[in-house]
Amino acid sequence: MRTRRIALACSTVVGLLLTACGSDSTKTADTSASAGTASSSPSSSPSTATSGTDAGPVLPTAIGAGEGSLDIIAWAGYAENGSTDPATDWVTQFQKDSGCKVNVKIGNTSDEMFQLMQSGAFDGVSASGDASVRLIDAGLVAPVNTALIKNYADISSFLKDQPYNSSDGKNFGIPHGWGANYLMYNSDVVTTAPDSWGVVFDKASPYKGKITAYDAPIYIADAALYLKSAKPELGIKDPYSLTQAQFDAAVSVLKDQRAVVGEYWSNYAVSQTAFEQGSIVMGTTWQIIYNLAVANNAKLKTVLPKEGATGWSDTWMVSSKAKHPNCMYMWMDYITSPDVQAQVAAYFGEAPANPKACALISDKTHCDVFKATDEAFAKSVHFWATPRKKCLDGSGDNCVPFSEWIKAWTAIKG
Amino acid sequence: MLRLGSLLTGPVLWIVVLYFGSLISLFVTSFYRLPDDGIGITEKLGTSNYRELASASVYHDVVIRTVVIAALVTIIDVFLALPIAFYIAKIATPRARTALITAVLVPLWGSYLVKAFAWRAILGSPGGVLNKTFGSSPGYGLPAVVIVLAYLWLPFMIVPIYAGLERLPDSLLEASNDLGAGFWLTFRTVVVPMLFPAIVAGSVFTFSLSMGDYIAVALVGGPTQMIGSVVYANFASNLPFAAAFATVPVLVMVVYLLGIRRTGALENL
Repeated sequence: MRTRRIALACSTVVGLLLTACGSDSTKTADTSASAGTASSSPSSSPSTATSGTDAGPVLPTAIGAGEGSLDIIAWAGYAENGSTDPATDWVTQFQKDSGCKVNVKIGNTSDEMFQLMQSGAFDGVSASGDASVRLIDAGLVAPVNTALIKNYADISSFLKDQPYNSSDGKNFGIPHGWGANYLMYNSDVVTTAPDSWGVVFDKASPYKGKITAYDAPIYIADAALYLKSAKPELGIKDPYSLTQAQFDAAVSVLKDQRAVVGEYWSNYAVSQTAFEQGSIVMGTTWQIIYNLAVANNAKLKTVLPKEGATGWSDTWMVSSKAKHPNCMYMWMDYITSPDVQAQVAAYFGEAPANPKACALISDKTHCDVFKATDEAFAKSVHFWATPRKKCLDGSGDNCVPFSEWIKAWTAIKG
Repeated sequence: MLRLGSLLTGPVLWIVVLYFGSLISLFVTSFYRLPDDGIGITEKLGTSNYRELASASVYHDVVIRTVVIAALVTIIDVFLALPIAFYIAKIATPRARTALITAVLVPLWGSYLVKAFAWRAILGSPGGVLNKTFGSSPGYGLPAVVIVLAYLWLPFMIVPIYAGLERLPDSLLEASNDLGAGFWLTFRTVVVPMLFPAIVAGSVFTFSLSMGDYIAVALVGGPTQMIGSVVYANFASNLPFAAAFATVPVLVMVVYLLGIRRTGALENL
């Protein structure tokens, strides 16, 4: 007992000493990590972006020799190397062509991708709009010289120079593909095909405990989109630009939904098993989850409800701290080539950014189904974007910022 | 002496830098806050994260729920571990003893994730193993979290209790028997009081491991949130707040350890 006491006393003293010296060094470490962002104010995204590029490399004018390695963050299904399914592999060919060994880190949510990019350990990311704006504002991604990407000219014009992939006239990435978040249901259990998102927000749902929702703050936009047509008196125009009253209404819908949710999902494989087992019969999904589950004989159907849908338009971005920028440029060129776009789009279930891919997909209706070249449809899908105080749709300076969305999401789940 | 010093440098540095360093960094980070646009970390110290934790009832609910889950897991593990450890230490033959103690420890060599995923397949309703075999299952939710955590941490309770029983002389049991006490009276009045420090030592493991869990709850918890889930959810988007919330289980464990210091259980850890 006596020796224990002494040991305890000693460790306390050491601990106290450390607090004195340790806190200092921690602070310096933190300062350097967030130096690019500490001074940024909500409205100064262009200037922050510039400050990010000052420190980083200038716009490259040519793609140099590959560095032999490439570390990327990707959505599941975007950079397949045959480990999920031996027949699904476009990374191996890239490695042969470029000599860059590819390490893929799957990002499950945009928040996770943003966090991973802050580590500085990755060369690039397939960012959706709710991560890309933050990445640009924080100076974590570098401007891209689109002239070096020979497939860039073929990419659908309505995906270029958008708020989520450019800032202040500079391009910050290459469009990858886009699509909508669908409503999926188990056709054995749900016999009347739903046509509205209302079925997942119904607090008296007959499918109580078997409904799923996407486990991320950005899902609040799905409730806002539903309210846009269900409660027109709220005057919601853009689900990512919400006034406090509109935001509160959406949160209230989601708090009601909490009572019928069986599980929130953020990992696509976990959601897939839930639908396959039947523990979940209805909820928002990605086409790839549907494809994988149906391949395992699950009785599932997807619909695009009448309210429209939220969705994604993803962009390959280059880290401002990339250690292998040449390999990243080669990757961006490779991934947007018609042949690879065809493979990704068919596997993931999305519209390819490069419409030249359409002719190469074995299912000739693919691009019609996903309306890949339908600009009007693309405009009706509400692509994920990072909400901020200065409204994204330009309607004013009174929008609820993303930090409030995050807090509300924890409160919704309770 | 010099040699001993150089031998200890590595481990001491490990503890000081990695262990205390990360705790201190966690604590310091918890006093920073996000700028208004939610990007990066403002280098301004303040208690805003803690004030938010104190003011919003959702965080209180999550803390209480987590403590209740940890307490339930601990109680279940005590009731499961006592007879198992007693059998291994006092009844089984020496050869069976080795086999049984190995059987208790083997699951610890398997990956946590694999075991949690296996429970996901077992508990799922209606497609899970349990439901297909017995026609009913608790499904995903709070009861499932308690079941899975109780399974995962059971060896951490059995081992200290087994060690405590090894130190309990058989002569005491025989004396109790000679004086006319039956099995249960002996168990209640001789074994359990002498084992109490060992039980408390086991509870430190089961309680603290449950307090910090976020994977089991994500896989089998349905919509349930524990402290770990909220920390994980905020880790990517609001690191200072996540750090502030992560200090809550540290504080709970400090209080817990202070409370049990007098039982002598820390000697049994």
